[in-house]
Amino acid sequence: MENTEGVFFLTGKDFKNAGAASSSLKGILEGRGVPQPIIRRVAIAAFEAEMNVIIYAVAGMMNYTITDEMIKIRIQDMGPGIPNIEQAMKEGYSTAPDYIREMGFGSGMGLPNIKRNSDTLTVNSVVGEGTTVEFSMNLPPAE
Amino acid sequence: MSNAPSVMILSDIRDILKAVVLARKEDMGMQIERAYCADLMSDVLAFSISHSLLITGLTNTQVIRTAEVATITAIVFIQNKRPDIQTIALADEKKIPLLVTDLSMFDTCGLLFEKGLRSCNGLEF
Repeated sequence: MENTEGVFFLTGKDFKNAGAASSSLKGILEGRGVPQPIIRRVAIAAFEAEMNVIIYAVAGMMNYTITDEMIKIRIQDMGPGIPNIEQAMKEGYSTAPDYIREMGFGSGMGLPNIKRNSDTLTVNSVVGEGTTVEFSMNLPPAE
Repeated sequence: MSNAPSVMILSDIRDILKAVVLARKEDMGMQIERAYCADLMSDVLAFSISHSLLITGLTNTQVIRTAEVATITAIVFIQNKRPDIQTIALADEKKIPLLVTDLSMFDTCGLLFEKGLRSCNGLEF
């Protein structure tokens, strides 16, 4: 099958549409016939990454590439950056304000959840400039 | 009290909890295999499993998005916490039934457990 590529643009603090990009991505994966358990993993990781942009950044974008072998997602944002990535990868570590926690997020599970659901994950961040989160999921060989 | 984990029909859950259906009345025949309760959506994303029931006190649109990506079958809102019309419309669009009960989180979980429903990753007894 031909590769599928695309991009979604994300706006910081746009909670009304938070999750819409991940939802659309899920639909694209379903359209390509990706196995449901893998779709679930991708959708969860993408949603966590999308929420991070909505919560912390001014804006960002989610690029996706789907091949026969893998699904690759790159989320770049213009945000505050992460001073200590190792710390941010720990479950329960969060700098989210209370109003974010009241919405059910910001409990320090975002990056750990992405890691849990992906086969590769890289996080690059520059304080004051932004963060790039890139992850991929391998697809089983076509029958 | 039943000791065997059982699959429940959504209409049974509605009746047990004396719940009102806010979205997808036509889907009350859906099967529920497991339940997960939380107000932290990241916990739902981390620990729930597919085809389960989400019991929560949160009513914003992110709950629907969370349910969608985590392939949650249906949502029960506790203590008569009702989502706004946009949230109900999103659930309807995503085909996720919404129910609301007057019961507390504890009583909601307790009643469903007593009837045989089990958690996504918990005890099997």
